Amino acid sequence: MNRFTLWFHKTGSPPTFYAFAERWRPWLLGGALLLTTVALVWGLGYAPADYLQGDSFRIMYIHVPAAWMAQFVFFAMAVAGFVAIVWRIKLAEIMCIASAPIGAAYTAIALATGSLWGRPTWGTYWVWDGRLTSTLILLFLYFGVIGLYRAIEDRRKAARAAGLLSIIGMINIPIIQYSVEWWNTLHQPASINLIKGSSSIDPSMLWPLLLMAVATKLYYGWSALSRAQLMVLESERGKDWVRELAGLPRVGSTERAADPATRTSTT
Amino acid sequence: MAAALALLRRDLLLLWRQRADALNPLLFALMVATLFPLALGPEAQMLARVAGGIVWVTVVLASLLSLDALFRGDADDGSLDQLATCGQPLALLAGAKMLAHWIGTGLPLTLVGPLLAYMLGIDLATVPTLLLALALGTPLLSMIGACCAALTVAMRRSGILLALLVLPLTIPVLIFGAGAVDAAGTGGDPSAPLLFLAAGLALALPLAPLGCAAAIRIGTA
Repeated sequence: MNRFTLWFHKTGSPPTFYAFAERWRPWLLGGALLLTTVALVWGLGYAPADYLQGDSFRIMYIHVPAAWMAQFVFFAMAVAGFVAIVWRIKLAEIMCIASAPIGAAYTAIALATGSLWGRPTWGTYWVWDGRLTSTLILLFLYFGVIGLYRAIEDRRKAARAAGLLSIIGMINIPIIQYSVEWWNTLHQPASINLIKGSSSIDPSMLWPLLLMAVATKLYYGWSALSRAQLMVLESERGKDWVRELAGLPRVGSTERAADPATRTSTT
Repeated sequence: MAAALALLRRDLLLLWRQRADALNPLLFALMVATLFPLALGPEAQMLARVAGGIVWVTVVLASLLSLDALFRGDADDGSLDQLATCGQPLALLAGAKMLAHWIGTGLPLTLVGPLLAYMLGIDLATVPTLLLALALGTPLLSMIGACCAALTVAMRRSGILLALLVLPLTIPVLIFGAGAVDAAGTGGDPSAPLLFLAAGLALALPLAPLGCAAAIRIGTA
């Protein structure tokens, strides 16, 4: 077993994951807060105003990173769902379902800021434009994943079903991505292309945006790890390592066998 | 393959024995199509313009109706567990279920769709496009729907949640299907949306049965 697979399997075990998350969480949150502050001060205070849109373009520093995250989190959920179904790793199920509300929140932020931005620039809060509509569908897909998870009683079955749904829902991601090219309506095409290196946005405006993109990802990491920690504790309650964390005495082996909570949870 | 054919035969036989039930999606589509002129007003010109879209909405809604029953009966009497553990490739069996659903719902809706559009006064020149779009789109609806229906098998009752899962995923089908009819109606070229539908069908034919099989495994494990 090489080092990576070893790390992968180790971190997949709940107690190790808990310690891993505990170690990384302060750094992720600290980095997210620091970068958000820098990016917002830079973007809102110092970046030059747009020649066409004036100061109203500055909502971009919230809107664009949130919209990126809306797709990124769904992609991350699909990857976690895939790992959960193929290798049956419990932690992947938990990460998938822990990400769903965060992604839904980012999607809601992207839609809300987008419609606020649309008012001064397009003259309307909402149009049935390809990208707007497909982002709205993405929000419904997030709701579907959360709803499916809540509706199935068996937690592990529920998590795996939700993971599969997020894989199926991936068909919407390319539709969002290419919607501005397929349907030429109000939403502008992407201005930033990091791979080709040919962005039609000035570097002085771009830097705060990129910082914000990193900040949102760090925040997602912090939020997902925190939520996953709670879910791990809940599903592992009654196990010795959780009882030790809570300062409770270890339970005897006879008692443990009788507790249904411990019997259903295997990694 | 023989097992898949046997399953298909069984499902079609069940459909035939309960043919009054099988008519329900058609009656539902007819009902919904009747609601639109009542709600929008009887202006012939306006109705003719939106007829294609109305037919697509009714078809998407009607194909939802019979989805819950697709795996529910099999899950309740245990035959779904038998299918999952019988050693035959589950994806093929899932494909047979999808085909049975399409023959029971999608095919009749495809045939009735142009009639509904005619009732709403659609331009007759666009009817072949509508028929082709429905023929390409309804199998997609059955396949996407079967995957979602299999996901809800683990629940006691799926109810409204199934619609919440299926509808967002069927929206691309609706967009391209209605887009083709609209393009034909306004004198444009409908081939681009039709090709998108065909591409979606080509992609879903191998992938959807696999996804559905995975969902059945989760539900019955």
